[in-house]
Amino acid sequence: MRQSLNEGQLILIQLLKDMGGEVERILQGCMQTLQSLDRTQAEFWIAEDQKVNDLERQIDDECVRLIATQQPVAKDLRKIISAMRISTDLERMGDLAIDIAKIVLRIEGPLLKQLIDIPLMADKALGMMKQGLEAYSGEDMVLAHDLAVQDDEVDKLYNRVVRDLLVIMTKNPDVLDQGMYLAFVGRYLERFADHATNIGENVIYIATAGRQDLNI
Amino acid sequence: MGHTLSVRQLEAWYGTNQTLKGINMEVSSNHVTAIIGPSGCGKSTFVRCINRMHETLPGTKVKGEIILDGESIYDQDPVVLRKMVGMVFQKPNPFPSMSIYENVVAGVRLNGMRNKQNLQDIAEKSLRMAALWDEVKDRLNYSGMSLSGGQQQRLCIARALAVEPAVLLMDEPASALDPIATTHIEELIRQLKENYTILIVTHNMQQAARIADSTAFFLTGELVEHGPTSEIFTNPKDKRTEDYITGRFG
Repeated sequence: MRQSLNEGQLILIQLLKDMGGEVERILQGCMQTLQSLDRTQAEFWIAEDQKVNDLERQIDDECVRLIATQQPVAKDLRKIISAMRISTDLERMGDLAIDIAKIVLRIEGPLLKQLIDIPLMADKALGMMKQGLEAYSGEDMVLAHDLAVQDDEVDKLYNRVVRDLLVIMTKNPDVLDQGMYLAFVGRYLERFADHATNIGENVIYIATAGRQDLNI
Repeated sequence: MGHTLSVRQLEAWYGTNQTLKGINMEVSSNHVTAIIGPSGCGKSTFVRCINRMHETLPGTKVKGEIILDGESIYDQDPVVLRKMVGMVFQKPNPFPSMSIYENVVAGVRLNGMRNKQNLQDIAEKSLRMAALWDEVKDRLNYSGMSLSGGQQQRLCIARALAVEPAVLLMDEPASALDPIATTHIEELIRQLKENYTILIVTHNMQQAARIADSTAFFLTGELVEHGPTSEIFTNPKDKRTEDYITGRFG
């Protein structure tokens, strides 16, 4: 029954997984670049963002095709609308990842401290993205709701990052620029995690047609 | 203004085969209510009960109540009732030997109207309401069969409107029409609800979604779900409704 629509929905799930895979690869690359401060690598990852943008367009086209040719309603329609929204979130997450690479191009000199909480934030935010996509493909409400808990943890880490940087900058005004840049990185990762909660909100919308804010 | 219909515990049979199994449904006035459901679910029987056509077939039986504006339709003369409850069928069925004009006023004449000026006024008013006047005003004496399928169906709607019914029943009124004629009919239904209570049986989900204010889903003689169309097509309460409207039924 509804073979074409079912196939289209499977294509969307696969494309979103592919897009998530690209975002993951780029964020990991950008985080390594932040540790090494390798400008060539930073340029490389900035260019890689095009792959994420291309996937977003593919998902958009597939959604438009399915709506035009299959006239989905109810849950079928919510799945397709959600796929469009999730792809927009993933595209923004890709942009936030390469914003980190752009920060690398601005940082002068060695890192002012060994990075501990920022990589931790990146790991958690990436985990949230993967969990959100798993919740989407499996329509798993439990996984979706759990994203709110994890987002709180990322927010706490972000607050700690900013506090630590403030202490360092207060003691040593020479590292003010780099301190600001690293605070920006923290902010980008915190926003990355917020977009992951949006994926969870879409899963809840698909399952219940209701809206729930997971980023409070 | 349209009139409210209240259906209570309606049961209907063809011989021993029960096609409606206790339908309870409120139909709002000046509303388009779509009746959807798979073939054999009882939706056509349901609308045929409302103008007491069902009981005209041999071996049929009806139980329950249908209240039109506070009065049971079974306490009324069926002929009088059918003036109040007009019906448009799937296939346009103008009277083949009659002109366009004669088709429109046929029902009014049957009811005893003889005044020529009144008949002409009624014909024009009905054809205007059916959005057909401009296309036929210069050839009212042509045969009704000379019109296209979509025009014939609007002629049948004009014929139903001429007797000034309170309720208009439509059984798949656009299923035999091309997309342009279908659009005409759908737009007409939207305009007619200002004055009429309309029930439309349709197999076309998108059509129900486009034109109906509320939608009722019938399955094997039962009313599964009845609610605002926007809810039925976005978040139906019953899984059977969801399966049907998403095409995953059976």
